[in-house]
Amino acid sequence: MTTASVLDWTTVCPLDRLESDRGVAALVDGVQVALFRTADGLFALDNQDPVSGAYVLSRGIVGSRNGVPTVASPLHKQVYDLRTGDCLDLPGVSVSRHEVRCRDGLVEVRLRQEE
Amino acid sequence: MNGGRLVVVGNGMVGQRFVEALRARDTEQRWQVTVLGEERRPAYDRVRLSAYFDGVSAEELNLHTPDDGVELRLGEAVTGLDRDRRVVTTAHGEYPYDALVLATGSYPFVPPVPGTDLPGVFVYRTLDDLAAIRAHAAGRRTGAVVGGGLLGLEAANALRLLGLATHVVEFAPRLMPVQVDTAGGAMLRRYVEELGVTTHLGVATTALRPGPDGTVRALELGDGTAVEADVVVVAAGIRPRDELARAAGLDLGPRGGVLVDAGCRTADERIWAVGECAAVDGVCHGLVAPGYAMAEVVADRLLGGAATFPGADTATKLKLLGVDVASFGDAHGTTEGCLDVTFTDPATRTYAKLVLSDDARTLLGGVLVGDATAYPTLRASVGGPLPGPPLALLAPADAGGGAGAAALPGTAQVCSCNAVTKDDVDAAIAGGCADVPALKACTRAGTSCGSCVPMLKQLLDAAGVRQSTALCEHFDASRQELFDIVRVRGIRTFSQLIAEHGRGRGCDICKPVVASILASLGSGYVLDGEQASLQDTNDHFLANLQRDGTYSVVPRIPGGEVSPEKLIVIGEVARDFNLYTKITGGQRIDLFGARVEQLPLIWRRLVDAGFESGHAYGKALRTVKSCVGDTWCRYGVQDSVGLAVALELRYRGLRAPHKLKSAVSGCARECAEARSKDFGVIATETGWNLYVGGNGGFRPRHAELFATDLSTQELISLVDRFLMYYVRTADRLQRTSAWIEAMDGGLDHLRAVLVEDSLGLCAELEAAMARHVGSYSDEWRDTLDDPERLRRFTSFVNAPDVPDPSISFEVVRGQPVPVRGGPPPTTAGPGTAGAGEPAAVGGRRQPVTLGMPEVRR
Repeated sequence: MTTASVLDWTTVCPLDRLESDRGVAALVDGVQVALFRTADGLFALDNQDPVSGAYVLSRGIVGSRNGVPTVASPLHKQVYDLRTGDCLDLPGVSVSRHEVRCRDGLVEVRLRQEE
Repeated sequence: MNGGRLVVVGNGMVGQRFVEALRARDTEQRWQVTVLGEERRPAYDRVRLSAYFDGVSAEELNLHTPDDGVELRLGEAVTGLDRDRRVVTTAHGEYPYDALVLATGSYPFVPPVPGTDLPGVFVYRTLDDLAAIRAHAAGRRTGAVVGGGLLGLEAANALRLLGLATHVVEFAPRLMPVQVDTAGGAMLRRYVEELGVTTHLGVATTALRPGPDGTVRALELGDGTAVEADVVVVAAGIRPRDELARAAGLDLGPRGGVLVDAGCRTADERIWAVGECAAVDGVCHGLVAPGYAMAEVVADRLLGGAATFPGADTATKLKLLGVDVASFGDAHGTTEGCLDVTFTDPATRTYAKLVLSDDARTLLGGVLVGDATAYPTLRASVGGPLPGPPLALLAPADAGGGAGAAALPGTAQVCSCNAVTKDDVDAAIAGGCADVPALKACTRAGTSCGSCVPMLKQLLDAAGVRQSTALCEHFDASRQELFDIVRVRGIRTFSQLIAEHGRGRGCDICKPVVASILASLGSGYVLDGEQASLQDTNDHFLANLQRDGTYSVVPRIPGGEVSPEKLIVIGEVARDFNLYTKITGGQRIDLFGARVEQLPLIWRRLVDAGFESGHAYGKALRTVKSCVGDTWCRYGVQDSVGLAVALELRYRGLRAPHKLKSAVSGCARECAEARSKDFGVIATETGWNLYVGGNGGFRPRHAELFATDLSTQELISLVDRFLMYYVRTADRLQRTSAWIEAMDGGLDHLRAVLVEDSLGLCAELEAAMARHVGSYSDEWRDTLDDPERLRRFTSFVNAPDVPDPSISFEVVRGQPVPVRGGPPPTTAGPGTAGAGEPAAVGGRRQPVTLGMPEVRR
């Protein structure tokens, strides 16, 4: 695994701006991040669908597979593990994940950029 | 004699099958084949001849496939046969043979009655006959058929479809006297008369009389009555065409036909006969299945085999004027000492008879009228022990009885079309076939007429093969079961449904299904509360996601009819938002390249101009296409545009298992292509014909005729029922064509449920549709009216004013299209994804520009 340089936390929006079991896109330091709020908590992945190249993952359907929280690409329905960014349908494919937390009712994101 | 010059006289169904059978076996091309056909058309499906009047074209009935090793000479009737010189003669010359196969078929028998040579009197045998009947019927009002047998009833239906008041005259005291007994004939008569066909039974036609214009005008009957008829079809039986053999001195059967032995060979060792012209051991056979069997026998013999004609299976099952009729084995109970078991149900209007051996243990034959579901099992049981108690076998299938396929002996033929036995099917199941499609592929059973498909399912069940109907890992129920659960228990949310009837958190399969079910059951706006999280991105943004992450916008243009003012608004919106613009196949306009935050601005202008959502994004009714109909077209007979608009507005917004498409054509020319739609309507002189189950796309399929000559109100009722039944019972992403194909009993079952109300559902289905129509509200107007709902249309939650920087366009042919910059995408290795390079495997995109000319701008 490549090393990840850790940046600062960026406040994105109030928590209540996120619909349950749905994603939104955020722009953090020029990087498109897909944020998801589920019963398992908050998750942040890169917004770019690695298969199509389009920036659409935030618009996928959230769910679970064998207990793993997931999002399905809205373009061709490949399913990704929200915790790791690994694609569960295509071995070797994954999206970058980012850190996300809620502080005082605000959602904050910290990018993890691979080098 | 295992090779040389082979001449085949006749290119009908059996002649064609013979050539194919020979070619399949003659891998070394030992036979050089010449086929001489009298008709100008190559072989076509004469069994389905009447489909020509349902709009099936001559091309669709074609059975002939060209073969390099076969010379086909059409329009060339054989006039002579010289056995000494071994040549046949036509108007064009002589054809020497080493082997000769006669497949000349039969000709219609026309009784010696005065007036059968009048203009307007036809036989019912060839496509040319049907074309002539159609031409003569134009503008005429009344028709009559001489003969109430199988072919006569087909002809009567054809005259009905041509809009004629129709009579049938039959000399015997009942309809279909050969196949059906007295009680069955009585039931059949009730069905036929209810369709408006007048029957005259037990009476002879004594003369045909002309009118003042010299064409036929009336029939005179033996009882003195006169029947008015402008078109007369004589369907009084067939006779074998044995004149060539007769002239050449070959023996004939006692009732005509070229006499052949069990190997289908005449006394001349070089001459064979197959099909209706052949009298195998003296007996002619007028059905296609025995003809096919003869074709196989001769093909085998010509290559050194020793096959013999296995005897004819005279069992028939057919649908005449919408009525199932089947007869098999000793239908008339001619076996000495045999016993009858009969079952008559005036309520369901079914009649059934079984003929049993004198000890009541062996099934000898039977007759079914009105409901032939038991036919496949019964036919397969002829000559063997009964697969169950007689009454249980005869009771309608959905009464729980049904004939058990599992009880059949292993040698019983399950599929008579392809000679597949129960043992064959069981072996395939043991070999791993786990569903009907696999069985079809493996054994060919069920691939021809399909009537044995229910038996295949029974055999799978009997073998303990259970097909999972679970929707996904979160629900064990099928879509249909979930629909019923939601409907009956009044469940309104996904979380309640999955908590009580599922597990986990749902996924991209079950969530949109449940969203669709909730929407179909009329829970209002599709994006309120929790429902928003269930929707696919298209439904979530009420627009269609495209490959670059932008969306397309399709306003509804009902029936494809649009005013210049509205057209200008679409143009202005497209111009102002820089949208790529294209006319769709559904007669509307698609605007591409909209970013999510632009969608509300675009729709504000469209809604203000009177547009509504076109639901191009939904598994819902898309469009109802139309031709211009009788408003403008000189051929149109009904207002197709008006009906298309009315249908589209009635069913707009209806959420379904998959998208729904429709079209209305104003006449039989079918310019709206209604038969490629889920439900298509084609105008007739007096009303509308409804077709269902059509499909374009990946697996094209013509819609099938469902009901004819409907008033507009009757049409709407049927479409209401059809759509609601589909919405309730189809599988996820199952189009209507696949839905009907997968249905037990197929189109017949559907007709029973929706026309005859066999399940007592129709009132409920219509009421459900009435609720849908009454509660419809335009989703885009509702969205624009609510700031909460508008909130989701932002590019970035923390930068709503910044457009997605990844979206960029280039100009092609004067319009914006997504930039396809950089090298083609490559497969991602581990860790490469997320670095900005797509991971898809790139195909090779063909350049399409040819230089000049170009579109003028």
